[in-house]
Amino acid sequence: MQKVLLGVEAIAQGAIDGGISGVYAYPGTPSTEITEYIQNNKYAIEKKIHCKWSANEKTAMEAALGMSYAGKKALTCMKHVGLNVAADSFMNAAITGVNGGMVVAVADDPSMHSSQNEQDSRYYGKFAQIPTLEPSDQQEAYDMAYYGFQISEKFGVPVLLRITTRLAHSRSVVELNEKLAENNVSLPKNPRQFVLLPNFARIQYQKLIANQKNFIEASNNSKYNRYVDGENKSIGIVACGIAFNYLMENYPDGCPYPIAKISQYPISRKYVKRLSEETDKIVVLEEGYPIIEELLKGILEKENVSGRLDGTLPRIGELTPDSVAKALNLPTKYGWDIPEIIENRLPALCVGCGHHDVYKAMNIAIATYGDGRVFSDIGCYALGALEPYNSINTCVDMGASITMAKGAADAGLIPALSVIGDSTFTHSGITGLLDAVIENTPITIIISDNESTSMTGGQESSAKGKIEDICLALGVEIEHLHVINPVKKNHEELVSMIKKELAYNGVSVIIPRRICVQKNRRDVKLRKVNISNTKKK
Amino acid sequence: MKTDIILAGVGGQGILSIASVIGIAALKNTLQVKQSETHGMSQRGGAVLSHMRISDKPIYSDLIPKGEADLILSVEPMESLRYLPFLAKEGYIVTNTAPFLNIPNYPQLDEVLKKLNTLERTVLFNADELAANIGSKLASNMVILGAATPFLNHINYESIQNGIVELFSKKGDDIININLMALQIGMEIANKVLD
Repeated sequence: MQKVLLGVEAIAQGAIDGGISGVYAYPGTPSTEITEYIQNNKYAIEKKIHCKWSANEKTAMEAALGMSYAGKKALTCMKHVGLNVAADSFMNAAITGVNGGMVVAVADDPSMHSSQNEQDSRYYGKFAQIPTLEPSDQQEAYDMAYYGFQISEKFGVPVLLRITTRLAHSRSVVELNEKLAENNVSLPKNPRQFVLLPNFARIQYQKLIANQKNFIEASNNSKYNRYVDGENKSIGIVACGIAFNYLMENYPDGCPYPIAKISQYPISRKYVKRLSEETDKIVVLEEGYPIIEELLKGILEKENVSGRLDGTLPRIGELTPDSVAKALNLPTKYGWDIPEIIENRLPALCVGCGHHDVYKAMNIAIATYGDGRVFSDIGCYALGALEPYNSINTCVDMGASITMAKGAADAGLIPALSVIGDSTFTHSGITGLLDAVIENTPITIIISDNESTSMTGGQESSAKGKIEDICLALGVEIEHLHVINPVKKNHEELVSMIKKELAYNGVSVIIPRRICVQKNRRDVKLRKVNISNTKKK
Repeated sequence: MKTDIILAGVGGQGILSIASVIGIAALKNTLQVKQSETHGMSQRGGAVLSHMRISDKPIYSDLIPKGEADLILSVEPMESLRYLPFLAKEGYIVTNTAPFLNIPNYPQLDEVLKKLNTLERTVLFNADELAANIGSKLASNMVILGAATPFLNHINYESIQNGIVELFSKKGDDIININLMALQIGMEIANKVLD
C-alpha cells in the first residue's frame, strides 16, 4: 500500500505500523504533525493508542520511558530545543535502557525557520551513546520509525531518529509495511535495570559501553548506510541524511566520485576508512553542525577533509542543492535578482488577537519606568518584539520570562515584567513562579491566556481552566491575582491594573484571557460538523 | 520529463490546496512527486512558499535548485517576484495581480506590476475579481491553478478537475462546482494570453 506523506507523517505512520502503544509529545515546529497524525489516524484511534499532548518534552520522554518499562513500544517526539528540556530523562534513558522499544524522534530546524537556534541533535545521540538514525527521504523516515523499535529492542536502548525541517515538511509517496502488533505488558527481566542508584547505574553504564561495538557493527551492516563506488578518486564524499539527495540532484545519472551514504550512527568506520584509502580528499555533506567533518579532520588534521569548517559549504543554515553544487565546483543556474522594491512579509499577530490588547495596555502602563524591563517567552506573543509594539526585551527559552524577570529584579531592575502564554506557563513557567513566590520578588507576570498552543497550530493547552488554581496553590496572593478579558472596552481597566501591580513590591499575576481567534474559528467549525453529524444520526 | 513549480503566496491564501490538487493529479498519472511547504511561525500572515516537483523519473532534492523552476505560480503579485532567483530563463510566471495588504510598507502596486511586465513570459490577471464574479472570493486560488494548467506538461486538464473533485469531496457539490468553474476561467485566460 502507498500513501503520500510528509516526512513527519511518515514517521508517525511508521510508528503506528511498527506497533506502538503510545506517543508522547509537546508541540514544536517542525515536529508537531507526528503526534497530530497519530491523533487523527483511524487505526490508532481504534486501537486506543495513547496520543494526548504532554505538559512538556520532559514529561513526554519520561512517560514514554514508563511505557517502555511496562514492556510496550513508545514513541516520543519533539523539536530540537525540546530535547534540551527532556535531556535529563533522555541521557538517563540511555543508561537504564529500555524494555519495550522506544524511539525518540527529534526534528531539527537548520536555518531557524521557526526556532531560536539550529542545534544538531546528532550530538545528543553521540552524547547519550545510542544508535541514531537520520533518514534521507520520506521512505526512509517511514522505514526507520518502523524498524527503529526493532533496533531499540534488539540492543535494549532508546533509538534517536533525527530529521530536519526540509524533510519534515516535504511530502512524497511512501510504501507501507504490514502492521505489527503491540507488545503485551511485561516487566523488565532485571528488577534493578531502571534503578539508577550509583551501584546499579555503574553496571548499566558498563552495559551501554560494552554495547558500543555492537552499535558500530550495526552501522557497518545497516541497509541505510552504503558505499557507492565512483571512477574519479580525486574526491570521496560523505553524504549524511538528506544531503545525499542534494548530491544526487546534481548527478542524476550517477556521481563520478565514491560516496559513503550515512543514515545510521555511530558512523560506519568501514566506509569512511575505504573513502580515506581510495580517494585523495574527503568532502563532508551534512545537514546541521559539522560533526562528522570535525571528527574526520581531528585536531591534528592528518586527513584532507573539507565541508562547512573550511568554507566549502556555508558554515550555518540548511543545505540546498545549489550549495552542494558549489561545494563540488559544479556550474549553477540563477533566474533573476529579487527586485529591490520587494519588502519582507514577516509573521504578525492575527487581526483580533488578544495579545494586541495586552501589548497596547502594557506599553502605556510601563512607560513611566523606562525601557528594557519586559521579559517574554516562546509563543505568538514573541511577535510583540516587532513593530508596532516593540514591547519585549527577551525571548530565550520556554519559561525563561518569569525566571529572567526574577533575576533582573534581584539585580535591582524593579519592577520587572514577565509576559508568558498559557501553554508555555504550564510547560516551564510554574517552577519559576514558585521561586519568585518563595522570595516574594517584585515582578509582575502577565499570563496572556488564549486557551491554546497557538504558534504550532492551536493544540489543546494543558493550562486550560487551571491557571488561577495553580497560581494560588503556589502561593500567589489572591489580591494580586487578576483575570480580565482583553478587549477594547476593558483597555483602561487593564492599563490601571498593570500600573497598580507594577507598583506592588511583590509577586503579581495578571491573566488577560480571550481565546485565540484561529482556535475559535476551528472550534466553531468543528462544532458545526459535530452538530450536522449528530443530525444525520 | 520534469516540471518544477514554485508556489507562492501569503499564509492562509490557499497555496497548499493548489499543491494538493496538483499532487493528487500527478499521482493518478503515476508520476513521481515531491512537495515541500512552509509550516509554523511563517504561517502567521508571513510569506509562504512551496516547492512542487513532478517527474516521470526519481526526484532527489525536495528543493528546486535556483534557475530551474519552469513556473512560478503565485496568488499574490509581490510574492511572485520574491522567488525570481528560482525561475528558469525560459520559465513562466502566472500570478494574481490583487495584492494581499497586511504590511504597512507594501510597495506601490504600480511598481510591482511594472516589474512583472518587464518580464517576457507572464500571465497576469486579477483572480480575486474573477472569483468574486462567480460568487466565491475563496476560489481565487483555483482560478490561479486553472491558469497554470497549460504549463503542467504531463498532467492534463481532466486530471486536475478530478483532483478538485477529490480534494473537496467532503465539502459538497456546490463547493466542488464553484471551484471547477474557477479552474475553467483561469484556464481560458491563460490560453488567451498564450495565444
